[in-house]
Order: sequence, then C-alpha cells, then structure tokens
Amino acid sequence: MEIKVVGSGCASCKNLLEIARRAVKELDLKIEIEYVTDIQKIVEMGIMQTPALAINDKVVLSGFVPDIKTVKNKIKENE
Amino acid sequence: MSIFYPVQLLADWLTFDVFRLTGKKLLASTVNFFIYDTIKIFILLTVIIFAVSIIRTFLSPEKIRGILSRRNKYIGNFLAAVLGIITPFCSCSAIPLFLGFMEAGIPLGTTFSFLVSSPMINEVALVLLLGSFGLKVALIYIGSGLIIAIFSGVLIGKLKVENLVEDFAFKNKLNSSESGIKMTWKERFNYARSYTGQIIKKVWYFILIGIGIGAFIHGYVPVDFLARYAGADKWYGVIVATIIGIPLYSNAAGVIPLVSALAKKGVAIGTTLSFMMAVTALSLPEFLILKRVMKTKLILIFAGIVGAGILITGYIFNFIL
Repeated sequence: MEIKVVGSGCASCKNLLEIARRAVKELDLKIEIEYVTDIQKIVEMGIMQTPALAINDKVVLSGFVPDIKTVKNKIKENE
Repeated sequence: MSIFYPVQLLADWLTFDVFRLTGKKLLASTVNFFIYDTIKIFILLTVIIFAVSIIRTFLSPEKIRGILSRRNKYIGNFLAAVLGIITPFCSCSAIPLFLGFMEAGIPLGTTFSFLVSSPMINEVALVLLLGSFGLKVALIYIGSGLIIAIFSGVLIGKLKVENLVEDFAFKNKLNSSESGIKMTWKERFNYARSYTGQIIKKVWYFILIGIGIGAFIHGYVPVDFLARYAGADKWYGVIVATIIGIPLYSNAAGVIPLVSALAKKGVAIGTTLSFMMAVTALSLPEFLILKRVMKTKLILIFAGIVGAGILITGYIFNFIL
C-alpha cells in the first residue's frame, strides 16, 4: 500500500502529514508516507484543493484536515 | 425583537447580577458589550460555517470547474464570483485551483473572478459582518464584493494577458478521471463538524482580541470621536484604510469586530468597507504564492484592478450613506 500526503507546504498540509503518520503508526503498518509538494505532480494527480490524502494513487480526502479516526478509516477501506 | 434577545438577557444578568458592575457605568457597558458580542458571534459562526460546509460537500472544486467550463464569458464571471463565496479559500489551495481551472480551459478572466471573490467573501467574514454591523452592511459588502470580482475578471479577460501566465499552466492535459470521492450524509456531517471546529479553533483568539478592543472602544471612546479624523468628508480616509488593510490578512477575523466599534465612533462606513475588503482580498502571502504560476506584472495588474475597485467602493459609500 502506498500513502501520499499532498500539500503545497502550508500549515494545514503539515498537520495532515502528522496525523497520517500517527494513523499509520497506530494501525501498526510499516509504510513510509510520501509527502508530495511539487505543483506539477499535484496538478497531474488532479488535485485542486490541498491538503489531500491519496491511497494507492486514489485521492480519498481533499481540501481539509480530517481527524485521525477518519484517516484510519480511509486507510482500512482502501487497504 | 432580535433573536439574540436571550443573549442580551444573559449578558445583562452576568454584568449586573454576577459581576455587580451597576455603579460603574463605563466598565459595565464595556463588559456587557463584550459578553453579548462574543456569545452572539460564536453562535453565528458555528451555525453558519456548519451550514456552508454542508452545502460545500455538494460542490466540489471539480464540480465547480465543470460548471464554469461550460459557460460563456460574462455568465462565467458571474457564476465564478458567486461560487467563490462558498468555497473555502486557504492560500495553500490557490495554485492547484488556478492550474486546475486553466487546464479545464476556463478563461483567465473567469478564473480571476473566482480568485477575487473566494477570499474576499467568505463565511467567516460574513458572520462577523452580520454579527458586528448587521444585515444591511453585510449585504452591501457581499454586493460590492461580487461586483468587484466580476469586473476585475471581465477586465483581465479583455486585457489578453495569457502570456503573463507561466507556460506550464497550459501544458497540463485535463485529467479526465473524475475525483472518486463520494460522500454519505454521515460523512457530510462529519466534514462539516470537523471543518467548523477547525475554523473556530483557528480564529477564536483573534475574534476575542478584536471584540475585546472593540468593547473597550465601545465603552470608553466618546461617540463621534473619530469622525474628526476618519469621517466621510476626509478624502484620504479610504486610501489610508486600504493600505493599512493589505498586511493584515491573517487577522481578518479579529479585524472586523474591531472596525465595527470604530465605525460606531465616527469612522465613515465606506472607509470601513474599503479597509475590510483590503484585509480579505489584497493578501500579500497569496500574491507571493501566485508568483509561482504567473509573472509579477500580472499580479500587479490583478492587485491594481482589485485595489481600484475597493477604493471606488469606499468613496461611493462614503458619499451616499
């Protein structure tokens, strides 16, 4: 499984990265989260609102910072 | 009777029965104003942000892009400005939104209408305007904000400045795969709840400081004290207010309750409007971010047109109100 946090470097983007890292840890998964900040890549992924969370290249959350429970659920759903 | 009458009763009870400020007229009026305004504004914030967030779950940026790419110029500018009201605008989304609109073939002018209205007319500003100034000023603000957004966009469209946008904005081919995010009602409510919480967490202290200083001014500064310096007959008021507003972007939430207190002490309403619009629409950090996708010249044109719109609005309302 591949998890990406996509952001342009703003505060809420780093916030989501933090939450995603915690979620992965609490779920006992051995995954490195990739932090994407390159504008070209963001646009290629079709993302228009950051921060966003992508699992296996599918955007599952976009435009806001969810709580950790939501992130965990999304990870489980897309496992 | 105002729907906030119970809040006034509560504020009165706290001021006079709990804190026993009956003898001290100025202090009592300050404290009473602070309690009343704080409770009222936080109720409004919670209700309105929640409602707007629910609406927003039905209008993803992808959907907005779809709506806008099928319109002709003027209707497109109008729709872009209106849709800009309900979309949240964090300067961190400015670039992906801009590029996303460009690659869908949305005209540059339409995109700019959206970029102007989205930060200028947002739900937090609306709540604070409604709470501190009342319905009339809030509607004037929305109306003139929309007009500025539409005109700026139309004008930029007419200037044919596409060459000032960095080339790669046009190179991207539209990613045809629609975003697969489908939401259930439960998820919509969860989103609205967490978004509302997030915004309030981000702005509450600015608002408290703003209301606090505002309450002090309300209690201790004589009525019309400021009219001498910033009344409608002072030609420079609008210009000074606009310039002061530009660097205050992140504090928009605290600025509005503060200026509402100043307005009651004689600052002209047009001057006040220009100030608030400059705070929300002319944002230095956003300009810096936009520099990654467009030439400085275009940012200056953009800022110049919006700035001119704000000044004109200020002078018009100083003149007629």
